[in-house]
Amino acid sequence: MALDGNEKREFKVIGQRVNRPDGIDKVTGKALFGADLTAPGMLTGRILRSPHAHARIVSIDTSAALAMPGVKAVVTNADLAEPQDDFFRDIKDNVLARDKALYDGHAVAAVAATSRSAARAAIRAIKVEYEQLPHVTDVDDAMKADAPVVQAGRADESVPAGSSPNVTSHFEFGHGDLEAGFAKADTILERSFKTAATHQGYIEPHACLATLGHDGRGELWCCTQGQYNVRTICSQVCGIEATQLRVTASEIGGGFGGKTTCFIEPVALALARKSGKPVKIVMSREEVFRASGPTVSSSSDVKIGMTKDGRITAAQAKLRYQGGAFPCGTVEFGAQAAFAAYDLDAVQTLGWNVLTNRPKEVAYRAPGAPMAIYAVESVVDELCQELGLDPLDVRLKNAARKGTLASYGPTFNDIGLVATLEAAKAHPHYGAPLGENQGRGLSCGFWFNFGGNTCVSLNINHDGTVGVVEGNPDIGGSRASISMMAAEELGIGYDKVRTVITDTNSLGFNDVTDGSRVTFAVGLATIEAARAAIREMCKRAAQIWGIDAEAVVWEDGAAKPSGPNAGDHPPMTLAEIAAVMDNTGGPIAGHHEVNADGAGVSFGVHLVDTEVDTETGATKILRYTVFQDAGKAIHPDYVEGQMQGGAVQGIGWALNEEYIYGEDGRLQNAGFLDYRVPVASDLPEIETVILEIPNPGHPYGVRGVGETPIVPPLAALSNAVSRAANVRMHELPMSPPRLLKAMSER
Amino acid sequence: MKYVKPDSLHAASVLLAQETGTSRILAGGTDVLVQLRSEMVEPDLIVDLKQLDGLRDITAEAGGFRIGAAVSGAEMGEHADLCAAWPGVVEGVELIGSTQVQGRCTMVGNLCNGSPAADSVPGMVAANAVARIQGPDGERDCPVLDIPVGPGKTSLAKGEIITSIFLPARPANASDAYLRFIPRTEMDIAVSSAGVNLELDGAGTVIGARVALGAVAPTVRLVKDAGAALIGSRLDDAAIASMVGAVEAACSPIDDKRSTIEFRTKTAGVLAKRAALIAYERAGGTS
Amino acid sequence: MKNTHVTTTVNGDAVEFICEPDETLLDALRNRLGLTGAKEGCGTGDCGACSVNLNGRLVCSCLVLAAEAEGAQVETIEGMADGEALHPLQRIFIEKAALQCGICTPGILVAAKALLEKNPDPSETEIRYWLAGNLCRCTGYDKIIKAVQAAAAEMRSA
Repeated sequence: MALDGNEKREFKVIGQRVNRPDGIDKVTGKALFGADLTAPGMLTGRILRSPHAHARIVSIDTSAALAMPGVKAVVTNADLAEPQDDFFRDIKDNVLARDKALYDGHAVAAVAATSRSAARAAIRAIKVEYEQLPHVTDVDDAMKADAPVVQAGRADESVPAGSSPNVTSHFEFGHGDLEAGFAKADTILERSFKTAATHQGYIEPHACLATLGHDGRGELWCCTQGQYNVRTICSQVCGIEATQLRVTASEIGGGFGGKTTCFIEPVALALARKSGKPVKIVMSREEVFRASGPTVSSSSDVKIGMTKDGRITAAQAKLRYQGGAFPCGTVEFGAQAAFAAYDLDAVQTLGWNVLTNRPKEVAYRAPGAPMAIYAVESVVDELCQELGLDPLDVRLKNAARKGTLASYGPTFNDIGLVATLEAAKAHPHYGAPLGENQGRGLSCGFWFNFGGNTCVSLNINHDGTVGVVEGNPDIGGSRASISMMAAEELGIGYDKVRTVITDTNSLGFNDVTDGSRVTFAVGLATIEAARAAIREMCKRAAQIWGIDAEAVVWEDGAAKPSGPNAGDHPPMTLAEIAAVMDNTGGPIAGHHEVNADGAGVSFGVHLVDTEVDTETGATKILRYTVFQDAGKAIHPDYVEGQMQGGAVQGIGWALNEEYIYGEDGRLQNAGFLDYRVPVASDLPEIETVILEIPNPGHPYGVRGVGETPIVPPLAALSNAVSRAANVRMHELPMSPPRLLKAMSER
Repeated sequence: MKYVKPDSLHAASVLLAQETGTSRILAGGTDVLVQLRSEMVEPDLIVDLKQLDGLRDITAEAGGFRIGAAVSGAEMGEHADLCAAWPGVVEGVELIGSTQVQGRCTMVGNLCNGSPAADSVPGMVAANAVARIQGPDGERDCPVLDIPVGPGKTSLAKGEIITSIFLPARPANASDAYLRFIPRTEMDIAVSSAGVNLELDGAGTVIGARVALGAVAPTVRLVKDAGAALIGSRLDDAAIASMVGAVEAACSPIDDKRSTIEFRTKTAGVLAKRAALIAYERAGGTS
Repeated sequence: MKNTHVTTTVNGDAVEFICEPDETLLDALRNRLGLTGAKEGCGTGDCGACSVNLNGRLVCSCLVLAAEAEGAQVETIEGMADGEALHPLQRIFIEKAALQCGICTPGILVAAKALLEKNPDPSETEIRYWLAGNLCRCTGYDKIIKAVQAAAAEMRSA
């Protein structure tokens, strides 16, 4: 669906900063999140987890637990169905281990009991005999020939012969003659980098409430980024027909990609089926860290050649990502995104996905891109320093633009990178003076964005109000933006529209809230649904007026006769048409179903000033500005919010967040005390500059904005700290001990 | 688990002495509840003390202050006289946890938790604070320095309860300061820390100095050589360097998830230096 | 475990509940009294999502035993609005888009209200440090800080 031709369209609702419809519920404590629902006779579910990083499960004896007072059901992997597809079988074997515990925290069995204390006692009464196996948690170690094998036989056909059995897939992208390109360079730098695994850190732990009666009909309430996806997974893993399992998404307390799969829902359903009672499972924060899905950790090598005047002649990146104990595809995104900001004649990216004894990674905001672009943007910055070039000028000189053959294959259409770079250059931040031990860093960022399967219904009510029904959980104000687009298209007030997010049995399939797709794809479907309703309303007006439907146009929220009939009848408003719809053919609704493509890619540039304490290695962020192309900002507050929130997650990644594993392969910092997400006092104001370069693939020009802003902070911080501390950093996080050590060795 | 609110300190002490299982004293609860939630301990008995007479009071005594065991960090921070006399002790207490934790946490709880990284303890040790202890057989006083004996361990006997902390009278020209290093600006456990308590003469020369370190040894450590290095000086560079040397020599930290031996040792010296300069300025010294 | 009977006051109303002795005030509010506005994000006092006011002090309700609430005054997010009238902080949080997912919002509002009662004119730095125990993973805190500043200004001029 293309951008509307009238690009100079004057929006009435779009671009306003309206109050979100779920605001009052969320400021008064009324909004119901995953753990907030109860059911009569509900049992407490609890999961027993492996204390070992890698162990064969010799036996599980649940008899003592089952005999305890208040214990109503115990389940293991054997109580789940047998999905044929690898993807679903891996989820099944992750939610309850099959024959091996593959990481510290891997679920082994679960109980349902009448109280929390009874569930706790029952968990302790389950006897598991383990045979401990050698483990591996580091990506480079896991790629060695003699590494412990996490799962045998999981490599796909892309993996080169002779690779470690832990390598599951391999990717290669690029074009041009690398050798010739490097030969043209005045300077070539080759550097190696490491980034730690981080966690999305949503404040709401996973929670669900399941019922599955003897009639085979299930109800599931859970916090998720996609209720349809939960239904698909649970249907497969528990052996339930899709239509018999109704999944309702609660309000969601943050996801950032981490709630795009299932960890506890199939277990709760299995317990509910066995006990015949509703079962609620709420993960503890420790369980969230040990056994949900953090991001990959990475190891990479980047080689870039540059001429004295800052033209990149050739570029290569080798990326190695560990994604935990099950195969993942994340390095493909990294390999595609690494050089997306550059117009290059010769470029190659290679990627390897690797198994380790860690929890299976799950998407985290622009999955795979931050660590790849961190490495690339660090080398570009070091080249600029070495050659005495302005880092913004060098980005501008090499910037991808319309017509650029992207390093991962496609040719870019209208993109906003150059405009974003120019905005950064013109901003007062870029020229502001810096003091002693202070440094300024910048980085470009990129994300593909996604469209996907989307289904929207739009219902006209008798009183002239409008209900929009959509199927994607509202993770950051999307009910508001969807209502705004419906109101804009219908020509009515925002307050006349209410958008609800429905369950799986009330609307067709929708992909999960991911890929920054909701404002783009659900917005697009909402606009189309509104247009369908408008066509019907014009028809009804024509019928009332006794003229041809084609002779009616829709303007300012009303049907008007046009052409030869123009002026013959006064305009009929939506409310007037709605009031009499029973007499003109019955209910009026618009629908749209689409597998949307045309999600425009998004670029951003971040600028950051830091000061380092040379005696302690502490980094203070002095100033931070985010520049990003939003295509069209539907609700600017929530666009800014995405830019600020993503930037701060990236800041945490750069400075302090990391999964720390001990020699025993166990996670050592499974809590918010030692997994250090940024707190309010760590940060300055996060300034934002929204650019609007319309996406040709959306009627209003919308691009996804949610993911791109987590990409640049890693390199922007590393570049700023490296300049402030006068030592080049190659590993994240740049925690104070690491930075102080680097400074002492410079 | 039994939850009991005894009506006297003596009764509390007897209850704790007689308990054959695991027991915990509850005042602020900010450590005990975390231990309960994480199932690190499952006490058979919890004795809640905070309603007992005197335990929530800050009282002037012999020119100094007696601070009840159930006084929260927030209450200490709101006590103007206490803050003026012992700013270093108070700033240590105020660094425990968040605003929410401040509403509940106590200095005595922080001490009895036995963490080498406890934020309030270096300040108390530098202040030469004294704990008053109620036991089943009566009361005794003990320097705070002698309470912790190892990570999670104290010298208190079964049934003994610290009921208050006494901070001595302040001479003229004396003050203290506490600094810690954490990776973020808030919400972390100290990676290393230093409390410095100084007394000056009228000319600004140090005539008394106590330097205590946190998180660099199995217990909070009083570094006598570090204090001695400052005495007789006006905190000139040589005295500071000598003190830093003594501090670094006194460190025997560990490598763990929070930091390294090298980093803890280096920053302990940096923090002691910075804390000494703050305490000196607060005491009216001009170097 | 023998259960405990607790009589307390929540948002001005006398209430009673039965709880297990090791149950937290947060659990009792949510599971015994149906007040699910306070959230459990960590259970260890590190995230602030369970913030309530206990006898005039801002606390993490996950770090308070339910039994300790005997005879106490508890104020939760559910008591912050005066009937239909939102507290200025609540209204301005909506107007300034100071929430995205909303899970941390009740705790942050309760904490910010406690701040403004103590200090009607806090600096940006004071707000940031006061709220350091309230984790928000969506917003980067920027709009939260600005909303608290705006509410403080409005409340001062009221």
